[in-house]
Amino acid sequence: MKIQEADAKSLLAAHGLPVPPWAVARTAADARVAAERFLAAGAGRVVIKAQVLVGGRGKAGGVKLAGSPAEAEEVAARILGMEIKGIPVRKVLVGPAAVIVKEFYLGAILDRASRRIVLMASAEGGVEIEEVARTTPEAIHRVAAHPLLGLLDWQARELAFAVGLGGPQLRDFVRIARGIVATMRANDADLVEVNPLAIIRESGPEGYVERLACLDAKVTLDDSALPRHPDLEKLRDLDEEDPADAEARHYDISFIHLDGSIGCMVNGAGLAMTTMDLVNRAGGAPANFLDIGGGAKADRVSAAMRLILADPKVRAILVNIFGGITRGDEVARGLIDARARQERDVPMVVRIVGTNAEEAGRLLREAAFETAATLDEAAIKAVAAARAKTGGMA
Amino acid sequence: MSILIGRETRLVVQGITGREGEFHSRQMLEYGTRIVAGVTPGKGGLSALDNRVPVFDTVGEAVRQTGANTSCIFVPAFGAPDAILEAVGAGIETIFCITEGIPALDMLPVVEVVRAAGARLIGPNCPGATSPGQAKVGIIPGSIHRVGRVGVVSRSGTLTYEAVQAMTDAGIGQSTCVGIGGDPIIGTTFLDVLQLFAADPETEAIVLIGEIGGSAEEEAAAWAAAYLRDVPMAAFIAGRTAPEGKRMGHAGAIISGGRGTAAEKVTALEAAGIRVAGSPTELPALLRASGYRG
Repeated sequence: MKIQEADAKSLLAAHGLPVPPWAVARTAADARVAAERFLAAGAGRVVIKAQVLVGGRGKAGGVKLAGSPAEAEEVAARILGMEIKGIPVRKVLVGPAAVIVKEFYLGAILDRASRRIVLMASAEGGVEIEEVARTTPEAIHRVAAHPLLGLLDWQARELAFAVGLGGPQLRDFVRIARGIVATMRANDADLVEVNPLAIIRESGPEGYVERLACLDAKVTLDDSALPRHPDLEKLRDLDEEDPADAEARHYDISFIHLDGSIGCMVNGAGLAMTTMDLVNRAGGAPANFLDIGGGAKADRVSAAMRLILADPKVRAILVNIFGGITRGDEVARGLIDARARQERDVPMVVRIVGTNAEEAGRLLREAAFETAATLDEAAIKAVAAARAKTGGMA
Repeated sequence: MSILIGRETRLVVQGITGREGEFHSRQMLEYGTRIVAGVTPGKGGLSALDNRVPVFDTVGEAVRQTGANTSCIFVPAFGAPDAILEAVGAGIETIFCITEGIPALDMLPVVEVVRAAGARLIGPNCPGATSPGQAKVGIIPGSIHRVGRVGVVSRSGTLTYEAVQAMTDAGIGQSTCVGIGGDPIIGTTFLDVLQLFAADPETEAIVLIGEIGGSAEEEAAAWAAAYLRDVPMAAFIAGRTAPEGKRMGHAGAIISGGRGTAAEKVTALEAAGIRVAGSPTELPALLRASGYRG
């Protein structure tokens, strides 16, 4: 699950990381109030950042500076009226604009190959890490946290020296690096990224001071762990969630909406992806990825059918079930029931093999469903049915 | 012979009295797997599956009383890491964890402890394994198999059944079929299983079924290029049409930062001389085309 920057910053701050203050505003007027407060506290300017769960906010014009409360209000109004990659901006983060001396990248990921938490740092801050990995992979330095002991101080120091940090910032960097790994472990995150981690300049009683601060934060949480983190589940941004996704989650269905015209209902993730691939190979395009999971009964089948049919682009439905734990006859009954209640007439091709497939076949024949013996045949038939329905276009 | 499981397997089922555990234990028993014990804390002294299997409170007790050497875990997600560690502590050599939905970070210390103890963990979130005619451990339907000499290794469940059924229908039997699991952090990788197949005198060809996400298929391909040049192989990769950044059901099946795509995996496999099927039903023909005569 992705969470917003402001929530990610709260998680980092809770682990003692240096995060500059911020406020979240849903209206331009609220943004102005927040800006007044930060400017009165000594900030030269404020930064206003769109809060959306997609990357590339800066490029899209969703991150701007303002020098006065009036300007902050105007800028916030503009950002709140934007869409970034199709997502309407509903809130902005307002904070004091930092005077940046140097930017770094620091992020922790779950590395599958080494089966460790890997902490990555780069002196190329503020740039997307994927971009750095493509252009200058040697600029990314990595250490793997110990699976039992976590990140050790010497590992963090190694990273600090590798990106050219020393002197007064060394100790702060070690603390931040350990804090990032601690944040990851405490919240069951699979990614914690601070980009940029920056040396910022602030005026103090004895002139300027320079210190490290986390100017941005990105955290993604492991969905499997959410049941034991009810506080984190509350961070789910329902504003940005498709209602279909919420319904799918309710029925324990894995569902991803795509752009094609052939709705797919499959049991098992690997087989669901394969079904999509074969629809594509047959010249069609899948409307969705949908895994009804193991042991699905009639109610889950009906819910899956509703999810598929809610997409007006769907012109044909392909059902592919390889029964193991899932019983073919139960799925067949669910399909017959769902079709009786469905509002829209969409051709359906059903292929059920494995556990209780014979009984399923009998039920489907009696109900005059179009069936297929193999997965390849089912895909070809579904694509043909969608074409017939639209007069040529699948 | 076979790998991981066979006639010498003496299985303990952890979570045998749960709904899933009991259902699949029954299927395993019917297939001919020697289930010597079940474990459910607090139910020691009872018996399961119509009095055919004694139940113990701990895995340690089950091992002492029955000589169990393999475990199959059907414990719910938040208790499963502990169940794996209990099996390791009891000296179990081969542990299959079927459980789905274990938080990934929970698995990091677990795989480390398993490795340090010299045990082997398959999964989690895996369908288990079958050595046709000998034993099946997990949830793979027994009926899809045929005794033979092709080793099958896969990251998914029902997709594996699809591929194995296609092989069986074409008259191609299997030595062992292993599902290694769809999670990002798993105990046994493609590479590990390829090495086991390479050392098994009765496995003469190998089918690898991968999917998007991670780079385990690429690592396996690199090893196969160096060590399995004479072994007929065929592969299938699911997710050629999957969009970037979306988790396709399996926690491990996600393309991120442009890496882990099906195209990269297909390229790596083909560079290693392994033919990649466009559909699982083409695997038997590709095996034959790569020189398999079984």
